Amino acid sequence: MAARPASSAISCTRRELLAACAILASGSALAAEPEVFTFDTLYKSIGVMGIVYSDRLVAAKGNEISLTGYMAPPLKAESTFFVLTREPMAICPFCQSDADWPIDIIVVYLAAMSPLVGAGTKVRVTGRIEIGSWTDPETGFVSQLRLRDADYRRV
Amino acid sequence: MLRISLAAFLATTALVLPAAAQTIYPLNRAEILAGAKFDFKVEFPGSPAEADVKVTIDGEDAAKVLGGKVTFVQKEDGQDYSAYYLRDVAMAKAGNVVVEAKAGDKTSSVTWDVFDTPKGRLAKNVILFIGDGMSVTDRTAARILSKGLVEGRYGGELEIDDMPYMALVSTSGTDSVVTDSANSMSAYTTGHKSCVNALGVYCAKNKKNLEHPKVETIAELVKRKLGLAVGIVTNSEIEDATPAGVVSHTRKRSDFNDIVKMYYNIEADIMMGGGSPNFLPKATPGSKRTDEENFFEKFKAKGYAVATTATEMRAAFAEGKTKVLGIYNTGNVDGAYDLKFKKGTTDKFPDQPGLVEETKLTIDALSKNPNGFFLMVESARIDKYKHSLDWERGVYDTILLDYAVKVAKEFAAKNNDTLIIVVPDHAHMVGIIGSYVDSRPGNTPRDKLGVYADSTVPQYKPDADGYPESVDLPVRLAYAFGTYPDHCFDAKPHLDGEFVPAVAGAEKGTFVANDKYCTPGSVKITGNLPLDANSGVHAADDVVLTAMGPGADVFHGHIDNTRVFRAMATAFGLAKL
Repeated sequence: MAARPASSAISCTRRELLAACAILASGSALAAEPEVFTFDTLYKSIGVMGIVYSDRLVAAKGNEISLTGYMAPPLKAESTFFVLTREPMAICPFCQSDADWPIDIIVVYLAAMSPLVGAGTKVRVTGRIEIGSWTDPETGFVSQLRLRDADYRRV
Repeated sequence: MLRISLAAFLATTALVLPAAAQTIYPLNRAEILAGAKFDFKVEFPGSPAEADVKVTIDGEDAAKVLGGKVTFVQKEDGQDYSAYYLRDVAMAKAGNVVVEAKAGDKTSSVTWDVFDTPKGRLAKNVILFIGDGMSVTDRTAARILSKGLVEGRYGGELEIDDMPYMALVSTSGTDSVVTDSANSMSAYTTGHKSCVNALGVYCAKNKKNLEHPKVETIAELVKRKLGLAVGIVTNSEIEDATPAGVVSHTRKRSDFNDIVKMYYNIEADIMMGGGSPNFLPKATPGSKRTDEENFFEKFKAKGYAVATTATEMRAAFAEGKTKVLGIYNTGNVDGAYDLKFKKGTTDKFPDQPGLVEETKLTIDALSKNPNGFFLMVESARIDKYKHSLDWERGVYDTILLDYAVKVAKEFAAKNNDTLIIVVPDHAHMVGIIGSYVDSRPGNTPRDKLGVYADSTVPQYKPDADGYPESVDLPVRLAYAFGTYPDHCFDAKPHLDGEFVPAVAGAEKGTFVANDKYCTPGSVKITGNLPLDANSGVHAADDVVLTAMGPGADVFHGHIDNTRVFRAMATAFGLAKL
């Protein structure tokens, strides 16, 4: 598994000084610094006939990247799976039958089962970017972009 | 007729209440158009055998009366009841009938009102306008914002008010006081009441969404019986409850992928709205389908022009196309405010058409069918903006509806053979309580609120298009919401984007005020809804219907929402065919 600042020898928790921690972490993991994306830089265009990914994202396929977004209301309190959204979710598609997900979501598969922070929390996720349609065997959830072997921290 | 005595009502209610009784679908007091198709179902508790049950209509074997073959399923979907079905059947003759289901010593009975359309065909065309979630307050606010108010008199009438017939419409469904847009639209399009989230079906015990007992929709009827052209125009996702209610049969309105398939099977001539991801095959990035079907290609193969922008839409109609699928956004089409001020998703979708132009071009195309047409036009975002407590956007979309109705009235004036109905599908709890006056002393919304004699009349200035140039005035309407989640409130319009009052909270299933708006001058308001509500909710208040044209005279006084279907069926003379 690739080294990631948040899960390497230096462990950061939200109680600690994030800035200081980040400096230490980046020092220890310079070789595998994940490429930083934003929701805007993931896409070249979003149109009626579908999404076109940015050249940068396509080039990063299979590599480790980091992305900041909001944790959508999770299915369970502890899980290896959650949905990352551009904006804090005002709806909960898992709770309401008439709600629907935004088109530009990312599904996050965590490296290990871990407790999820409250929904609506801004988080930075680091993981291996996977592109292409995938149906989660457990939930039937269909995704186009995923971060695998991921972990996250509050921002 | 609609009125029945209180004693009779209580007696019939008592008959269907006991938990162990058989349940008969259509339910008691259903109004059924003679000749309209429906699925007849009886659920017998305790899973009796077929030989031990008896189902009759006015004393005769139900299968004989309705035709068709009985399907009998013991332990349906693993549950402890037997299901008796006669699917896709119709009542041939009008009149009240008593349906009885017996198993051992248990008997249940319901009465159906099977109605005729004795006058034959009155209207060549019907145009049904839905102002989703449009309360009386929205009409008043739309009048103030688009016509102006001086010394208590408006600068003009709304098109939706200037119609000769009016009725109060009740919207409750079979399961609850407060309805949703699926259930309420279903009542308009089928004449049967149903339950929250359901479209074109009764809510039976079936486990599979698509297996619940179906009732035929107005679109299916007019295509089958009259060969009419059908148009469905909305600015929501085309799969959303109101437009879907014209063609769909499912227990869950969220079955968007199935709903797209239903559109495809029914072949409505013109469909316009947002919601492209459910048309795209799973492999296409941005798709929300779970299969590899490409419905854009499938519609094209059936001869449809597919338009994704206003320019493409105009080109399709200019070429004389009469089958057009116009999908202009991945989500909802932007509302009138965002289209005008280039907000919302207009950066991604810069060429979305407006509802007024769509209505005009659609009417022109549909009217080429010599048999006539049925058109449903929805201003969908009135409701959506009111859920998000963004009243200015909601009122812009009420004005939008008004201009779309104007186009229809101009068409109808040529031949006087078109019934036009304008009706909300449900209400919200809203009201105009005064005005916010920035010059009043103090900092909070309470300080700024002028009531009674202090409610200065705001001076919204309509532009050439009839929409106010600005809503950010020093004196603004105080349009109050009666239901809300926790949110921060500053009594000012949200110029840059739709208000998002609450976001998911730390605890699963809860929503908290969106911090983004908790700025100086705002106050934090504790929600008055259950903690799992993220936005304002619908209200069960009656809504106001206005109508004109042949067949509109049935609208007066107070009616049930099922009567909208009955009026349309009567105007088309559907039972006589």
